[in-house]
This record gives sequence, structure tokens and C-alpha cells, in this order.
Amino acid sequence: MLAYLVRRLLTNAAVFLLISAGVFLLVRAAPGDPVRMMVDPERLASGGPAFVAAKRAELGLDRPVLVTYGIWLRDVLGGDLGHSFVSRRPVAEVLGERMGPTVLLMGTALAIGLVLAVAAGTLAAIRRNTAVDHATTVAGLGAISVPSFFLGIAAIYLFSLRLGWAPSSGMSTPGDGGAADLLAHLVLPAAVLGLSIAGPFTRYVRAGLLAELDADYVRTAEAKGAGPGRVLMRHALRNALIPLITVVMISVPQLLAGAVAVEQVFAWPGMGQLAVSSIGQLDHPVVIGFAMFVAVLVLVCNLAADLLYAVADPRISLS
Amino acid sequence: MTPLLTVDDLAVEFRTRDGVVRAVDGVSLEVGPGEILGVVGESGSGKSVTAMSVLGLVRPPGRVVRGSVRFDGEDLLALPARRLRRIRGRRIAMIFQDPMTALNPVVPVGAQIAEAIRLHQPRLGRAAVRARVLELLASVGVADPAARYGRHPHEYSGGMRQRAMIAMALANEPDLLIADEPTTALDVTVQSQVLGLIDTATREAGAAAVLITHDLGVIAELADRVAVMYAGRVVEHGDVHQVFATPSHPYTRGLLAGRPRLEQATGGLVPIPGSPPDLLAPPPGCAFEPRCALAAGRAACRADRPEPVAVAAGHLSACHFHEEPV
Amino acid sequence: MTTTVTPASPRSLAARRFRRNRMALAGAVFLTAVGVLALAAPLVAGHDPNTVDLAAFREPPSAAHLLGTDSSGRDVFARLVHAGRVSLLVGLLSSLAAVAFGTLLGALAGMLGGPVDAVVMRAADVVLSFPSLVVIVVLAGVLGPGAAMLVLVFAACNWPTACRVVRGLTLSLREREYVQAARAFGAGRLTVIGRHVLPAVLPQVAVAGTLLVAQLILLEAVLSFLGLGVRPPRASWGNMLTDAQNLTLIQTMPWLWLPPGLAIALTVLAVNFVGDGLRDAVDLKGVRG
Repeated sequence: MLAYLVRRLLTNAAVFLLISAGVFLLVRAAPGDPVRMMVDPERLASGGPAFVAAKRAELGLDRPVLVTYGIWLRDVLGGDLGHSFVSRRPVAEVLGERMGPTVLLMGTALAIGLVLAVAAGTLAAIRRNTAVDHATTVAGLGAISVPSFFLGIAAIYLFSLRLGWAPSSGMSTPGDGGAADLLAHLVLPAAVLGLSIAGPFTRYVRAGLLAELDADYVRTAEAKGAGPGRVLMRHALRNALIPLITVVMISVPQLLAGAVAVEQVFAWPGMGQLAVSSIGQLDHPVVIGFAMFVAVLVLVCNLAADLLYAVADPRISLS
Repeated sequence: MTPLLTVDDLAVEFRTRDGVVRAVDGVSLEVGPGEILGVVGESGSGKSVTAMSVLGLVRPPGRVVRGSVRFDGEDLLALPARRLRRIRGRRIAMIFQDPMTALNPVVPVGAQIAEAIRLHQPRLGRAAVRARVLELLASVGVADPAARYGRHPHEYSGGMRQRAMIAMALANEPDLLIADEPTTALDVTVQSQVLGLIDTATREAGAAAVLITHDLGVIAELADRVAVMYAGRVVEHGDVHQVFATPSHPYTRGLLAGRPRLEQATGGLVPIPGSPPDLLAPPPGCAFEPRCALAAGRAACRADRPEPVAVAAGHLSACHFHEEPV
Repeated sequence: MTTTVTPASPRSLAARRFRRNRMALAGAVFLTAVGVLALAAPLVAGHDPNTVDLAAFREPPSAAHLLGTDSSGRDVFARLVHAGRVSLLVGLLSSLAAVAFGTLLGALAGMLGGPVDAVVMRAADVVLSFPSLVVIVVLAGVLGPGAAMLVLVFAACNWPTACRVVRGLTLSLREREYVQAARAFGAGRLTVIGRHVLPAVLPQVAVAGTLLVAQLILLEAVLSFLGLGVRPPRASWGNMLTDAQNLTLIQTMPWLWLPPGLAIALTVLAVNFVGDGLRDAVDLKGVRG
């Protein structure tokens, strides 16, 4: 168990180094010059090349890439991700304050998506080959096919602008910091994001449950005198949901990718929105910080998938 | 003596992409109280499907299309689901072929046995259920039941798993135990132990049993009566000594060939030349005709399906020419 | 229910099953229509997609402008059909590249085994565990957004799926008698791959490739919407929606966001239907005998 964990952590550390080096090199090879993005054009013109050079040195852009990477990696491991070119604040701080909203959005979306998927997938499996099953399959494909940003725009049009049921953007109404207000702002983006992941999850639940309902132990439970509800809830579904743990964990990065678009549409002040604007402003430290966050997230999720699977399935022992 | 279980003219169909498979086609059986009926046949002969039909456990695309299953005066096939569930596991219990897949892999074995008790004795307290499970595990020879109660099926050996399955089946002291090839998936060394356990457990409890197997030796050892199945039909049915001594169907004779003495009849079925008929398109006459030495192309065998007839008291054979020696 | 009597080749059987699948057929018909519109874009558009006409700014649909005009006075319908070219091309090209690369590597890994296999599969593992979001966001930000960059990144991130499928199939094919026989008669490994392995894996690869097309059209749309993909003034379905981040526009000018959004959703849905239909059609597990 311990040896397994250590091995996984070491592998993950190696992948992390690989990713970080790649990301760093790519960002540094960027064609845009951050100095020109940051400084007022008039001052750039009056200051001349000397001014630009001084500015570059200040930002650490004139040193060899490998050296910069070494310094940067040491800093990163020490928790220092550098300073934003744009706001000049520490990247960790800038990212940190965006993390809460993103985690809230993703967590709520995940909960919505899972509830929807388990309900729809179960219904489809127990009503196999009926109209309900076919409708679920088509709806699932639909959820996979509609881009979340378009769904978001359509939801704003319908629920915010036409029906006025929920606010269209942001995380709170100015002057109102209440939980109800937050919930009202959360409902549309979380539902849109949740729907986009419910599609693939539904397919897994349906297929997994169909396989389990065919299993011998289900027949044993029936032979014991267990009713259909008990057979489903206590036996089949329990087995069918174990593989879903892995699917969910591996989907987290995709969920984050979806969150980037949804945050953009709903002006949700999260990390995705920050990343998009940082790319536009060539704010490299923030882009690198975001990329590193995603890399760590992916690795943590992969590890969590293994560990949770082992906890949920008594047959697996970590060795 | 009124039989405990009477299966009459049972027919089960499976609708597949390629057509309708008649897996069971007019099977009739009887099991008296406290009696052990052995059902023997090749795989695909319909013996498992017959057993599943008794408790209404045939799954789509399978469907019972004809016949009745009377248990203690009630037609199980006509019973509403709720009442059938009160019989399942309480009055009729089942043991399956592969205890590895027949037990839920993520639920501790003790909890699975406890579930069988709680389903039918909901008012029994938690401690009482646990005590009963431990008692059952001990009675089927699981060593240190208290330690094994919380273990999962994969932590049991094959033989132990089947013992646990037997404990689960006996949990509510059923009147009838159906064992579907209970030793096929086990090591040879533990097969006889498990069979012995089934034998003593049923006889001690005074329960009747249907023992499905392809092993004639098992039948000879344990069963009071035997039903021989072929291509979805019972071809011979009677007292085990009578059938083994004077087999009256060419198929049974073929199975017994090369076994001069009953006591030596152990092991699997001896192959008979040829293969069972395609159940998608069964022959109009006797299903065994293509492989039968007795038929030898006779028109009756090809055209008419033989119905079971009494060759002696309580001994039936479904052969046009059962009087003839081979 | 009828019993099958006529012997049918797996391929014609698959074709028949595909035709029985109404959703897949409807998807194929829809895709054909979209494809024809995109190919014939200059003929059917009626306007130049990039001509700015500030006099005709955000006009609602009319006889002159079927789907109205956008914030720069460009004809929305003309942009829609021209954007279709870009979106379909990016999706198709990148999937094709990913699948071709993956198939080649998978066949080689399966056929040659040993160190080649180990290296290819390890690389596939790394690419799969690599957060593709990071790659795309960083590359888009660094190399600069653009259609060619998207095709490259998509192909680089998505070859492992086809590679794994093909490797698995190749491993099992390698042991088949006819392949063994061909090898015994002196056929080189590459010949065997070309003549026996590739034709045999084609159905599964086609399914994987089709489903990938759907994913990548969607991904291109998202990235272009965020400004990380196809850049204006060249239209793609995704970047046509970039403007729709303004509440007034969403509320009062649905012709600006509804047509491109529906175009993406319906096209991806159609590709998914076709992919699912293909998968069911070539699923030989369901065939008996």
C-alpha cells in the first residue's frame, strides 16, 4: 500500500516536471513582447530602447530560458509563482482568489451532473429498449453535442432575459452578499456545466448498470426474495457506480475546460475567466500558474481515482 | 403422497436475433417432500432453465410460454410478484453454479446471509440475525465464523464460498432446495465435501432438493429419483436404482454405457457420438433420433415426437421403442 | 423475427444495419447537406463574408440579408456557410491526422512488439495523462491562435485512442492463421500491415475517427469562441458567437448567435449519430455464427 503510493507519487512528480518544463518553455518562446503590452505607448515612445531594456530586466525576461526555468522551478516549489505582469500582484494570490468561485461552480455542476446521470442512466437501464431508454440515449447525445457556451447563451436568453428567473452574470448583486443571492447567480452556470457532463456520465451509468443487472449475484438476490428496488439499490447500482468514480475523477480536467467557457459566458469570476484574459494580455506568469494548477489537478485526480476505487471496491488492494 | 413440487408441461422460449430457441419444451417433473431429485443432462439440455423457471428467475429474452409449476398447492407461475418473493429464499432456496459470481463482490459475506434472513424475518433483531448467521456459517463448516462474517467473497476460497452460499440457502429452513450444478466450478477435492454438506443439510432439515448436474456419479450417490433431460425435454424419469439398472431410453443407456457397476459411475458424462440438435430448428420427430442407434432411420422416430410413457410403476421413458434392447 | 438465410459479408451486413438505424441515417443526410452548403459557400452565400458595411449594421433578417447582419454589417448567412468550411475542415483534418498517426503507430507497435511497442505505448500513456487543456491553452496563447495550429494540436493530443485500438487488434490479428500463413510465405511485416492489418482494423478506426470528429468540431468551437482558435476576420462557427457576450445583443439580436450555435450543435449531434450508428453496425459481437 505504502510502496504503491510512493511509486505513484514519484511517477506523478516526474510527469509534473515534464509538463512544467514544456509549459514554461512554450510560454517563454511566445512571440509577443509583454513589455509592449504593459506599458503606455507614449511612455514607450519617449523612453526608447533603454526604457524597454530596463523594463525587460525588471521582469526577468532577458536571462537564458533554462536559468529562468531553474529559478522559477525553485520558486514554484517554494510556493512562489512569480508576479503578474499586469496587476503586479503575486500569481499565487491572483489565482487563489479565483479558485473559490471555480471550485464552487465545478462542485455544484458535478453534483448536478451526477444526480442527473445516475437518475437518467438507471431509468434507461431498467426500462431497457423502451421509449424512455431511447429518449435518454438521444438526450445524452444531445447534451454531449451542444457546446456549453451556446447552451449558456441560450439559458441567459430564456431564463434571465425573457423569464427573469435568475441573474445572467457575475457571482453576486452589488450590495447583496447573501447566500440566496449567490445561489441565484450559481444556478444557471452550474446547471449548464452540469448538463454538459451529465451526457457522458449517463452512458456510463446505463452501460454499467445493464452489465450488473445481468450478473449472477443479482439473480442470487432475487432468489433470496429481494424486491426489484432492493436488488437495484443495494446490489446492482452499488457495483455499477464503482467504475464511475474513476470516470468522474478523470473528467475533472474536462470539467475545468468546460468551466472556462461557462465562466466566460456568465462572467463568473473564476480561474477560467482569468486564464482567458491573461492569455489575451500576454500575462505569462498567470498563464503558467494556471497551466501548472491544471497539471497538478490532473495528477491529483488520477491518484484520487486509484485511491477512491480501492476504497470503494474491496477486491482491489493497492499493491 | 402428494408431491411438494410438480412441474407440468413447462416450455420456455428465448427470442434471439436468429430466431426462437425452445430451451425447455414440455418438461414435467415431480419432487416429493424430503426427496432428492437428480436432474442430469448435457449443457444446453434445459436443466438450468427449468430450475430458474420454478422461481420465476428466467430473464428476458427468455419467457415461460406454457405449463405450470405447482408448489404446495400454489401455481408459482400465476402468483403475483409480491407473493412469489415471499416463497423465494424462504420456502424454496437456490444454490448456483459459480459461488464467485453468485455472491455480490462488494458486500461482506455475512451481510449477504443476514439479508436472506432479514428479508423474511424483518422483526428479528440485529444481534439475533448476526447470531443466526454465525450459527449457519459454523454449521456448513466455515471455520472461525466471527472473523469471516465481515470478509468479502474474494477473501474466501472457492469451497468456502459455496459453503457460504449453502448457509445462505438454508437460512430460512426452506422446504425445497434447488442446487444448479453446485460443484462444477469447484476443485475436485472439495466437490465431494460440498455435496456431502448438501446431502446432510437437506436430510437433517427434512427438506426436498432438486440437484442439477451433468455428473451421473453425483446422481447415483445422492439422488432418490432421477430425470434425464435432452434437448429441452425429459427423456427418462424414475427411481434412481430402477433407471440405472434398467435404463429405458437410448440416451440414458448411452450415458451409462461403459459403467458396468453403479458404484463405479463417477465423473462426467461419457460422450455420445454426434451433437445435440439445433434448438432453433428442432427436428419434428425424436430429438435424439440423429444420434440414436435404436432409431436406425425408422419413420416413427423421424416423424413423431415420443411422449413419456410408463415402462414400470413411476418409471417413464420418452422412446417409441423403449422395449427393444440396443 | 426471421432466421438469417442469405449469407452476408460482414461489410454488407454492417451497411444494412446502419441503414436500419434511422438516427444515423438522418445524421448522414444532414451532414451531406451541411457539407454541400459549405463546399458551395461562395455560390450560395450571396454576399462576401468579410465585406464590412457599416451602413447595414446589426440588421435583422430580411430579403437582402437572410440571417441579418452582424456588428460590422457583414452578412450573417454568408459568414455561416463560410464558417462551416473552416469548422468542418478543422474537425475532419485533425481527426484524420490523429487517426492516421495513431493507426500507423498502433499497427507498428502491435506488429513489431518489443522495444518499439514499449516506447509507443509509454508515449501514448504520457499524452493521455497530459492535460490537453494545458497544451491547447498554452499553445494557443503562445504560438498564436489559428486554424493550422488547432489541427496540429488536436492531432498531437488525440492519436493515442486510435493507437490503442489498433495495437490491440493487431496483436490479436498477428496470431490469426491467415496472417501467420502470409508471414510464413515470406511477406514482410510492413506488407502484412498494409495488406492484412489495415483493412481489418478499418471499421473500428472509422468509428473512433467519426466520434473524434464530433469532439474536435466542438473543441474548435469552444476555443474559437474564447478567442484561442480561429481568429477573425475569418469566420468559424465558434468565433461568430464571441460577440454574443453582451446582454443587449443576446436579447435583441438572436440572429447573431442562434444560427451558428445551432449549426455547431446539430452538426456535432449528426456526427455523433453517425458514429454511434457505425459503432453498432460494425459491432461484430452482436452477430452470431
